[in-house]
Amino acid sequence: MVQFIKPGILIDFVSKFKIAISLSLILILIGVGHLIWKGPKLGIEFKGGTSIQVEFDKPVNVSALRDAIKNSKFFADSRIQNIGGSNKRYIIYTKVSTSSTTTSIESKLKELLDKQFKGGYKILEVDMVGPKVGKEFRDKGIIAIVLSLIAILIYISLRFQYRFAIGAILALVHDVLITVGFLSIFGYEFTLDVVAAILTIVGYSVNDTIVIFDRIREKVKTNRKLSNTEAINMGVSETLSRTILTAGTTLFVVLSLYLFGGHALKGMSFALLVGIISGTYSSIFIASPTLLMFKGELIPQKKEVDSTEKFKQKFEFDNMKM
Amino acid sequence: MKTSTWIKLVIIIVIVAIFGAYTLPSLIGKQKAKEISSLFNGLLPTDTINLGLDLKGGMHLVLGVDTDKAVFVVISRAAENIQQQLINAKIAADSVIPEAEGYRIKIHLVDNKDINRAVDLIIKSLPNYRVINDGNPIVIQLKKEIADKIKKRAIEQAISVIRNRVNQFGVTEPTVVKAGDDHIVVDLPGIKNANRAVRLLGETARLELHLVDDKVDVSDALNGNLPPDDEVLYQIQRDPTTGEISKIPFVVKKEPVITGDMITNATVRFGGTLNQPYVAFELNSEGAKIFAKFTATHIGKRLAIVLDNVIYSAPVIQSRIGGGRGQITGNFTLEEAHDLALVLRSGSLPAPVKVLQKVTIGPSLGKISIEKGKKAMIFGALAVILFMIFYYRLSGVLADLALILNIVIIFGTMVMLHATLTLPGIAGIALTVGMAVDANVLIYERIREELLIGRSIHDAVNTGYSRAFITILDANITTLIIALILYQFGSGPVKGFAITMAIGLLANMFTAITFTKTVFEIVLDKFKPSKLSI
Repeated sequence: MVQFIKPGILIDFVSKFKIAISLSLILILIGVGHLIWKGPKLGIEFKGGTSIQVEFDKPVNVSALRDAIKNSKFFADSRIQNIGGSNKRYIIYTKVSTSSTTTSIESKLKELLDKQFKGGYKILEVDMVGPKVGKEFRDKGIIAIVLSLIAILIYISLRFQYRFAIGAILALVHDVLITVGFLSIFGYEFTLDVVAAILTIVGYSVNDTIVIFDRIREKVKTNRKLSNTEAINMGVSETLSRTILTAGTTLFVVLSLYLFGGHALKGMSFALLVGIISGTYSSIFIASPTLLMFKGELIPQKKEVDSTEKFKQKFEFDNMKM
Repeated sequence: MKTSTWIKLVIIIVIVAIFGAYTLPSLIGKQKAKEISSLFNGLLPTDTINLGLDLKGGMHLVLGVDTDKAVFVVISRAAENIQQQLINAKIAADSVIPEAEGYRIKIHLVDNKDINRAVDLIIKSLPNYRVINDGNPIVIQLKKEIADKIKKRAIEQAISVIRNRVNQFGVTEPTVVKAGDDHIVVDLPGIKNANRAVRLLGETARLELHLVDDKVDVSDALNGNLPPDDEVLYQIQRDPTTGEISKIPFVVKKEPVITGDMITNATVRFGGTLNQPYVAFELNSEGAKIFAKFTATHIGKRLAIVLDNVIYSAPVIQSRIGGGRGQITGNFTLEEAHDLALVLRSGSLPAPVKVLQKVTIGPSLGKISIEKGKKAMIFGALAVILFMIFYYRLSGVLADLALILNIVIIFGTMVMLHATLTLPGIAGIALTVGMAVDANVLIYERIREELLIGRSIHDAVNTGYSRAFITILDANITTLIIALILYQFGSGPVKGFAITMAIGLLANMFTAITFTKTVFEIVLDKFKPSKLSI
């Protein structure tokens, strides 16, 4: 039997809470500080503008490309990004988003490139977003994240206890802040895909936390003599094997998305990469010890035990007649 | 074997068969799927998975309909109506002004003693308005529910007009759908000339024929000396050799003689000394009658052909034109003439349409994306599959089977629902692959624990499943909630991501619990192993 974590192992995770929270706070401060200092790098979905992806037949110098377009008022302060590393594919970002049907940014760029490079290139992608739509996307993204938090708060409060919900929310806010900070430090843009990734991280983080909470609750229920600290340490230790395995397999996949998924998936998979590592860490070191911050025993209230038991019985597999 | 196990086995086989049948065509290609299906009297599905524009290339447009403009047109018409009524009732008014802000009409009367009479008249003739000030000026406002109705109709009309144009443009599998309150999403796969398509869809195409007022001098009119029922419009001409653009002003009557809704057909023809393309149009019977009568009484006058407030040509009426046929000439290229005929045929948009978002993806980029997405997914899945076998031996193989079934169910469901697979959708599937084994890991770890404390294989498996079940349920429901929120608020590719994630989670519940449990039951029952390979 292959085993990474020896059975019966008991690690005192709770005592590491102070170190963990300090480390997390430092990382969050650096990341979020960077974000505030530099300002969020918003993708064109959120701020409006046009991005054009061009592929040249032969490698082209960035400065040559910049020279070719700098004299047009449409591209005066546009950003040029090389992708793929072969100096053949570039993305040109400009703040202008024109919806006038007669002169489009695309045809304007074609005109400029034709003059300089005499064909020998292909326009791969044009992405134009008007400022009004950008604002709408931004609002919707924020609403989606806030709504998810509320929904999770309600669900966990119903299924567990209020304090478990606080622990889970604290952990996922931690994960989101870490991810957002890392994205900023490593210069990734906030695009719609990245928002989707952040929401997925929220899901993953809660998923991971709940598995551990479930075990802690079980510990308390089966052995009422356990102190809260003991129950938490045992719950986390017993699920550690599973936590590492699942984080490992998910990381495999996300890492392969990051490495082989191509430019379009880079930001999204980077966010997932950071978020999953942070999510695993936070459910062990942040969410579980948080439960101790509240006074009183971890034993679920009478009413709650009943409803959980009933629920469990209803779905218990042994009794299930299909 | 217990009967309940038999029933579960049958259910599993049926599910595998159904989803497998839906997944197969996407793997072997539509053509081959048709051949196989024909062997079974065409009973098998042949649809392949619907690829998003980011994977196959094409254009994605979000159009905004200026519904306020549509309402303003209605209140402007009402304002003209009021003016006429006041004249008929011999009430002198200084001005009747429609205001776009708040959909109001302000009526300044010359004499305050006419106020009551005017208000009575307005209440009687305009039931859709409410009087918000009965002093001088009288202010009336379009009722909110009526304004909302006009807006709603404007969107619906815009969608049908745009759908019409898209169909005539000859795109395969286009989508034109309403999104939000005043947005229209248009997906055009495999489009080549994006700019032309945008131009075609955005053209309001309000065609009107106006009489040129030759009694008014154009330079006088430009200096502000314009009769109230006249307006100045421009003809835009491009010099074919120098490309220079010139604007020629015309003074025309405000009230059009013929409007675009009277047009029944428009086609491109060739003629003239240079055999140039022009657009010939036909009018309905009402339009034909008006046109014949009008041309008979206005021989020698000029008639301006106005499209979206721009004059295309202003020919002189030579004789009475019966039969309801007319033509629009101008310095058209063949493509321009085709497009003009197309927009005239498909009808005019009730309100101006603006392109709010446009994504054009070249087919080569789509191919690159799909290759890379596939590669990443296969590599990631392979790593997970091998790891599970390494860690859990035979039970790992079972978990891998569950994982593959999971992917098959996601694919099959997407084909059934005609959902679209996008690049983030591929990422969603990949992520599901990573997380799908979570349920099995939870169960297997539990079984290992139970075996360790010395329970029998049968008991260990049963306890492992029932203990892990509630955890899996809790964990999956929270993630599902997020997927639903993501679906509700996401747009385009994010929606695709949410769909695959949600389907993946549901499939996961089935494969990780029912599927693997049943296999365990059968194996334990048949072979009664003394050791569990886990």
